[in-house]
Amino acid sequence: MSSRVEILNDGGYRSDGRRQYELRDISIDLSPRGTADGSALITHGLTEVMVDVFGPKEAKSRGQSVHDRATVSVEVGIMPFSTGERRKRNRGDKRVLELAASIRQTFEPIIQTSLYPRSEISIFVHILQQDGGLLPASINATTLALLTAGIPLTDYVTAMTCGVHSTTSLLDLTILEENDLPHLTVASLPRTGKVTLVTMETRLHAERVTECLKIAGEAGKILHKEMKKAVEARTQKLAQAMEMAPKVAVVGGGSGGVGDVEMEDEMDT
Amino acid sequence: MITFASFPAAPAHDGYDGARRYPDGEDGMEVDFDDDDMGASGRKLTSPGEVLTSSQAFMRGHGTFVDNEEVIASVTGVIERVNKLISVRAIRTRYNAEVGDLVVGRITEVQPRRWKVDANSRQDAVLMLSSVNLPGGVQRRKVESDELQMRTFFEEGDLLVAEVQAFFADGALSLHTRSLKYGKLRNGQLVTVPPVLIRRLKSHFVSLPCGVDLILGLNGYIWVSKLTKASEQEGEEGFDAEAVYSNKNDDIDDATRAAVSRVSNIIRVLAAHFVPLTDTVLLDAYEWVIEQESDIKDLLQPEIGEALVTAISAQRQ
Repeated sequence: MSSRVEILNDGGYRSDGRRQYELRDISIDLSPRGTADGSALITHGLTEVMVDVFGPKEAKSRGQSVHDRATVSVEVGIMPFSTGERRKRNRGDKRVLELAASIRQTFEPIIQTSLYPRSEISIFVHILQQDGGLLPASINATTLALLTAGIPLTDYVTAMTCGVHSTTSLLDLTILEENDLPHLTVASLPRTGKVTLVTMETRLHAERVTECLKIAGEAGKILHKEMKKAVEARTQKLAQAMEMAPKVAVVGGGSGGVGDVEMEDEMDT
Repeated sequence: MITFASFPAAPAHDGYDGARRYPDGEDGMEVDFDDDDMGASGRKLTSPGEVLTSSQAFMRGHGTFVDNEEVIASVTGVIERVNKLISVRAIRTRYNAEVGDLVVGRITEVQPRRWKVDANSRQDAVLMLSSVNLPGGVQRRKVESDELQMRTFFEEGDLLVAEVQAFFADGALSLHTRSLKYGKLRNGQLVTVPPVLIRRLKSHFVSLPCGVDLILGLNGYIWVSKLTKASEQEGEEGFDAEAVYSNKNDDIDDATRAAVSRVSNIIRVLAAHFVPLTDTVLLDAYEWVIEQESDIKDLLQPEIGEALVTAISAQRQ
């Protein structure tokens, strides 16, 4: 059925009215949820992913803790209502485990785990709606959640899919396009331009790969801008709320903590 | 020449961006390229991957790392500079302890000669059997029988207030309760807030006139309880193990229960709005709530919470 859909029409528009390199609408919500240390909800068009981060905290079992760094654990839950056809996947599902493993491998080198020996950082990914680009959405949301949890990262990680339709490359595929086109998922670091993850489940002509990597990298930079804007807006908001604090003269004996610094700031202004 | 690349020109398409970066309107201060002044005052935000400065002229502090002779931020937060030390403080993190801090914690595990305590830190804290007051004289030696009845002092799930005594090599905290102020908690309830909202105060034991005692743990755990009368806090001589390690709550009358829940809800509302908690703020908030005569549970409704925060911030101006 899906092969009947015209991927790219003569006018250069895709099935959902986008241009070749146009990304879907992105929305980012970083409001705190429950007892999570950091949480983020991101939507790429109709794909919606929520990530909660707990930690760094005491490892759940002593066997998991490593003496010189923190362990990163990722659990992915795909909601049964996230697809058109209601389907329950259990946690042992191969695809789900693979998704979790890719996310963990992407973030293990990025998180500065050596700062937290014997601790554990747990990442819980909830997929609420799927319309293509599950892995990139999960990676982007995880980056944001880790940032809101105040966990040190060497850089943002941004991810995007890129597909090839005959000879033209398309960015940010929907599920319709994903089913029909060979595609590549690329996660990159905006500062250094390094690529931390590339996955491909279909065949792709070798000549197209370079171009795909390039434009996915470009898309990553755009995403980085958006994500940074959201994160900074949140940080700004929190920092502003904190300044509402009364001016108390109680710094004596404090050992250079948060309160002291804030005090100086207020006196300067 | 040192260049600061931390504040690139705001993108032209986004007017809000500029306003966000320079909230104080102090012109020119932020883009200070003089080699010695990063602007110790004023709030400057950064996020991971942003180059802050050269590592040759500055030292890297918390929240930064060095790559290619550049100091780069690794967390989102406020840049702080002390002389040549650059650090970035994340707004919301787990509790970063310092020696002497007062913390409220929960026992998670009983181990040989020690308890493990959840203190909202990156690892569970350790409370050694030798760092607690035991019945029968403060200075007495610990004997084997004490090890065998550790659960009579603290059990899994018990809440306690303690002080950070030292750090272990791997960064875990060591706590002690060797003071009559510290020990097991009862007659109240625990409220959890982000640790950054608790400022260092002269005293973290606060008594509100409404008959409520507060213990503001620096780790973001707050114990709200019935007022303990001064006469009940006995001196060193009258150390009463029964009372200190008792698991039974006293009788708490309805008025006190209402006050405790009211204070707890006020703390929850203020924390949701990210208002730093001090005794004066809590007092003002409590008075406002009493004036409004609103029901205790209504406090948690968004409109009332917002009104509360606005009223308090108006008083602060």
